[in-house]
This record gives sequence, C-alpha cells and structure tokens, in this order.
Amino acid sequence: MMKQASIRRWFWVHKWTSLISTLFLLLLCVTGLPLIFHDEIDHALGDDASVSALPASTPHLDLDKLAATAKQLHPDQVIRFVSFDQDEQPDAVFFSLAPKVDSPPNVFTNVTLDARTAQAITNPSEGFIKIIYNLHTDLFVGLPGKLFLGFMGLLLLASLVSGTVLYAPFMRKLAFGTVRKNKTKRIRWLDLHNLLGVATLLWLLVVGGTGVINCCAELVFQYWQFDQIGAMAAPYRDKPAVTEPGSLEKALQTARAAAPDMRPRIVAYPGTFVSSKQHYMVFMAGNTPLTKKLGKPLLIDATTAQLTDMRDSPLYLTALLISQPLHFGDYGGMPFKILWALFDVIAIIVLGSGVYLWWKKRRLSIDARLADLDREIDLGGGAAGAVR
Amino acid sequence: MSSVQRGGNSLGRIFRVPLVLALVTAFGLLSALLGDDIWDVLSWLTMVVPLAVIGYYWMRKR
Repeated sequence: MMKQASIRRWFWVHKWTSLISTLFLLLLCVTGLPLIFHDEIDHALGDDASVSALPASTPHLDLDKLAATAKQLHPDQVIRFVSFDQDEQPDAVFFSLAPKVDSPPNVFTNVTLDARTAQAITNPSEGFIKIIYNLHTDLFVGLPGKLFLGFMGLLLLASLVSGTVLYAPFMRKLAFGTVRKNKTKRIRWLDLHNLLGVATLLWLLVVGGTGVINCCAELVFQYWQFDQIGAMAAPYRDKPAVTEPGSLEKALQTARAAAPDMRPRIVAYPGTFVSSKQHYMVFMAGNTPLTKKLGKPLLIDATTAQLTDMRDSPLYLTALLISQPLHFGDYGGMPFKILWALFDVIAIIVLGSGVYLWWKKRRLSIDARLADLDREIDLGGGAAGAVR
Repeated sequence: MSSVQRGGNSLGRIFRVPLVLALVTAFGLLSALLGDDIWDVLSWLTMVVPLAVIGYYWMRKR
C-alpha cells in the first residue's frame, strides 16, 4: 500500500488540478448537455435546415448553379467550403462563405440551399445551439479560447488519474460501493464522490481526452495542410494561385469517379486552409458506420477539373475524426444520447461534490487531513467490519 | 457484495469492480461507433450498467 508521503503528493495534484479547472469543467458539462441534443433542439426551435417536401425523385440542380445562388445572397463574400449530409439532409447543400478566402476560420456566414430548388433554408448556425456551441468550444474568443479549454481538459485528465490513485487508500477498508449513510454528511459525500467518479471513470477519460483532441482540431488541420496537401500539390508549387475556380460540378464528378464507393462530404475551395492555391480539396467519406467518419482527401485541379492526387488520411487525422463523435455522443440513437446526458449529470455531481469536500476542510493542513483520512479509513473499516 | 478482507483490501480487490465497469463502458462506446442496429442496442444495454450500479449503491438502505 501507498506511503503517507506519496498519498500527500497525489492529494496535492488532485486538489489543485481539480480546483483550477472545476469552474470551467462545470461550464463544459452544463453547456454540453444541450449540445448532446442539438438536432432535437434545433428542430424544436425551428432552426434546423428542413427542406420542403417534394417527390423523392426530384433531381438535384447543377452545383455551379447552387454556388452562384449562394454567392448572390452575399455578393461581398466568397465561398470557402461546401458540405453535404447524406444521412440527415440528403437534399440540402451547405455553403460556408467569408469576406476573404483567407479570413480566420471562425469568421464565416452559412448558407443552406435546397439542392432541388436553390431555395435558401433557415440558417441553423444562428440559433440558440450556436451560442451554446461557441461557449462550449472557444468561450467566443477563437483559437486562444480553444487552447485554454484544452488545457482545462488536460487538468481534468490529471485530476482523474490522481483521483484514481487516491481511490485505493480510501477503499482499503471499504467494500466497493460503500456509502456510509450513518456517518456525517461529509463522509457520505466523500463515498459518493468516490463511487460516482470511479464508476464513470472510463467515460470521463474518453470525453475528457477526445475533448482535448478536438481543441487542437484547427492546429491539426493546419499541420495536415502543410504535411499532406502541400506534398500532394507539389507539382503546382510554382503555378499562380487560382482566384476564379472553375466548375464545382465537374470537380465533384471527377471525385465520384475516382472513389466510386465513397461520397463527397466536404469541398474546400482553392486558397482555404485545407486546400492548395490551385485545387479543390474534396474530402470523400465511406458508407459504413465507421468509414462514414473517416475518409480520404482528393485534390482536383480547380481549372481543368482533373484529379491531381488522392491519399488516405494519415493516422493523426483519423484520430481527430474519430474523436469528434466520441466526444459529442450523438452516434448511437436517442437512448444513447439519454445515457450520455446521464453520464454528464453524474460528472456534474462529481465536480460539485469535489468542491464541497474541499470547502468543508479547506482550513485544515494536509497533515491534519491525512490524520483525518486515517480516521475515516478506520471508520470505514469499522462500518464494513460491522457488516461482515 | 464482497466483504472486506482482514488487514485491508488488496489493489486487485479494490479495482476489480471499477475495471469491469470500465471494460463494459468501453464496449458500449465502441459498439455504437463501429456498428448500427443490434450494436446500438448492445451499447445501450452495456452503457446503462455503470449508471445502474451507481443507482443501486446510492439508493441502497444501510
């Protein structure tokens, strides 16, 4: 079993990593709750991109015509990204515009068009969920906010590790799940803090870890652009930048022909931070539940619509793409979302009880606490002994 | 529930139930990610286990 000095060190780590991050983690847990149900809330508030009811066989318009419509709606902006959602909104095309092609990633205007009529659909990104999403991802301050929250996530991971280490001395004389209801309120909450934390430990580690990875998404994409797209577009290094890209429709036809078993997910225009200056980057996704989340990038010459190169995603990009569903918990149907929300509520209780436990004893020195800890463990032994 | 051993629990004993719960949760997280239909249902059935364990011990009269 652990020595006192070592318990003391782990206790110090657990106390400070938790105290520093708790306020922000509570914010993340509380804002995360509505985000689990973002589709349902958008739908209820009328913010979702619902296409009008037309016969199922109504053909889609030419993508160049749709792109022209999107640009007409915002004549002072340029299109940077086009995305598709085959599962949820097969008849909608999502355009993301910005004042300039190299505007910061968090500056954008979304336009969603019905692919069959070119009618604009209510913009999903302006609603309540968008505010919650910003609060959850970057505190409204862009990349610095993301990195800050990522650091809070790292503190959470340190707090989970130290908490797990401390679980052992606390449980030395207690059976799993013991909640000493006949002792003081503080001891009851200590037992609950331990039980709730250890029972949901893997979920907390996964959501915390994938959250940290997601915070770095912007940097990962920039590295990917530098590492992969740069190499794929190497033959074009000395060619001039394309400012008036050619047919989007033809580029997508080339992409579909090059990867017939996959579907286009996102198209990045030339000059954006995930493409080259002369290419459309088409990100193709697979059809199975797993490969849907993964995919491969294609570079298509934006002038001639010819395929320049096609590669598999590197491991770090795959890790990022898998982290996204694992963080948001929106991949297993409604019962899964409800379970996810319950885990989130448990996390809030663990955070809250942690603050309570610290507050009750904040004036005691660590040594007095350790003496207390011994007494508590002995108390536990007594209680468990009585049961035995 | 297992009783406490004389002289305190061993590490293996302390972490046995938490380890099982972690494995069960991991299965649930992955089965919904890698599959659909029956795998989604399996993930609901496994993910509910840690929550049920919490509920049982919290509500248990002692």
